Amino acid sequence: MAEPVLAVRELHKRYGSQEALAGVDLEVGAGQLVGLLGPNGAGKSTLTKIACGLVRPSGGGVEVLGRPAGSPEARAALGYLAELFRFPGWCTAEELLRFHQRLSGSAGGEAERRELLALVDLSEAAEKRIEAMSKGMQQRLGVAQALVGSPRLLLLDEPTSALDPVGRRIVRELLEELRRRGVAVLLNSHLLSEVELVCDHVAIIAGGRLVKAGTPEGLAGPAAVEVETGSGVKTFEGAGREDAPQIVAELVAGGESVYRVEVRHSSLEDVYLDAVGGQTG
Amino acid sequence: MSGGQLRAAATVVGLSIQEGVRKRVFLAVLLLTAAFLALYALGAHFAFRDVEGFAAGETKILDAHAFTGAVIFGLAMFATLFLGAVLAVFLTLGVVRGDAESGLLQPIVVRPIGRTTMLVGRFAGAALLSAAYVLIVYFTACAITSVTGDWTPDHLLTPALGLALAVAIIAALSLLASTILSVTAQGIVVFMVFGAGLTAGLLAQIGQAINSDSLHTIGRVASWTLPFEGLYTASLHALISGTSGLTGVVLELGPFGASEPASAGLIAWAFAYLVAVISLAAFVFSRRDL
Ligand SMILES: Nc1ncnc2c1ncn2[C@@H]1O[C@H](COP(=O)(O)OP(=O)(O)O)[C@@H](O)[C@H]1O
Ligand SMILES: [Mg+2]
Repeated sequence: MAEPVLAVRELHKRYGSQEALAGVDLEVGAGQLVGLLGPNGAGKSTLTKIACGLVRPSGGGVEVLGRPAGSPEARAALGYLAELFRFPGWCTAEELLRFHQRLSGSAGGEAERRELLALVDLSEAAEKRIEAMSKGMQQRLGVAQALVGSPRLLLLDEPTSALDPVGRRIVRELLEELRRRGVAVLLNSHLLSEVELVCDHVAIIAGGRLVKAGTPEGLAGPAAVEVETGSGVKTFEGAGREDAPQIVAELVAGGESVYRVEVRHSSLEDVYLDAVGGQTG
Repeated sequence: MSGGQLRAAATVVGLSIQEGVRKRVFLAVLLLTAAFLALYALGAHFAFRDVEGFAAGETKILDAHAFTGAVIFGLAMFATLFLGAVLAVFLTLGVVRGDAESGLLQPIVVRPIGRTTMLVGRFAGAALLSAAYVLIVYFTACAITSVTGDWTPDHLLTPALGLALAVAIIAALSLLASTILSVTAQGIVVFMVFGAGLTAGLLAQIGQAINSDSLHTIGRVASWTLPFEGLYTASLHALISGTSGLTGVVLELGPFGASEPASAGLIAWAFAYLVAVISLAAFVFSRRDL
């Protein structure tokens, strides 16, 4: 595999006596969309902040394109939207993007600003002052801001927390577009369905430790085969798709009439709840 | 520092100035300043008029006109320093910890610009704006005094630059406070430091008046520890340094008492102090988790 865009190795962080991360490993490759899931206080935000140099790790390390997190080169390669962010209320969407273009040295000019505002469906609001925007609009503007300068890595900490279903859909489509462009994305979310819908890869952390990782399909493995027969619905726990013909054959051989067969998968939510053991912050 | 860093720093300076100017509070500052200058014009007018009547016919041992000019302009200088300090604190309020807590800081700091450049940019923006403000108020007060009473300070530029440097130092101290303290605590602490500096100046003055060397020394040490006070006193001194005879002596005992001239040492110290305070702020900032 090519060099990962984001490589997290044995990452530890203590805040005083509070252990926020207790040795986490994680990789995000180019064009890969990784969802970082976990209950409140699991350490998701801490991991993201270390990756963009806002917080210093207590042990282990993070590299962005092979450069240590926090170095100017690493920072130049990433875009970040914090969980709790604010932009100056007195400036407009357009001015905010122009300011970040100057800070990131982007030569995209007006074309880039217009494209980014269109991507988050804020074209109409270009001249609107940020203090006059709803929280949802500000969050979408935040995503656009993170994309200034075409970063290779995008770190989004709960980017859809203030969005309504339409806003979520806009961000989801944007993420899919970014994947096509080869941008690596790490998305923190507690909205499981969001992650299921877009992520290539999911990492679940709890109590500062990685408890499960894999593709959403791989994690959400088969759970049961459900068969509707003349004598009611029969459930075969633990059976998968490949077991279905055998089950049906045996039922038919046993004299049952089969009306419907369904292979049920455990949802990511089941996996998640199982993995974090019902923890919540 | 590379060209890109310099451009980014200039961007932050621009942001600081824009932010200061476009916040509604700035309008209040402008209105209050206009009110202060109008009041000053009125006060100067009556002071000069009444002192002419009072001094008429007396022997001219004391130049009442020069005395009045120096005293009321000295008061205008104090008001200018105070308003400049208010502006400097306002422009640096919450720049590090306050903005970090509200989430304003993080989007800027994760850009390649880096923390030190951002801090220096914020300082430069605040210092430039409050120094420009102080210069404008100073020269307007100067013009008012000249028109109403035909009095001008003995040195025109030195006191202006002294005041400008003094507010830059206050901006730097306020920035340092913002790396450690929350917004409210920062505001309170900086104004207490400001008051302490001025008190130190008074101590030195009283010490000289009652011939107490130790009091004078304590005041002097304190006013070098907070050099905006030394610069302010030196600026006051420069107003009247050309005034001779009894008027000069009386002024030295009055509100300009213990005025120390601006030595090259004081100016060098003030600049070194600025660099040290900003460096310390940058060091504290560089180690903070945001
Ligand atoms: N600045 C901080 N000081 C002290 N403890 C903190 C700080 N930031 C986070 N923590 C603690 O670290 C743990 C992980 O927090 P965080 O990374 O914000 O979790 P998440 O984003 O998954 O909700 C929590 O227990 C939290 O209380
Ligand atoms: Mg979080």
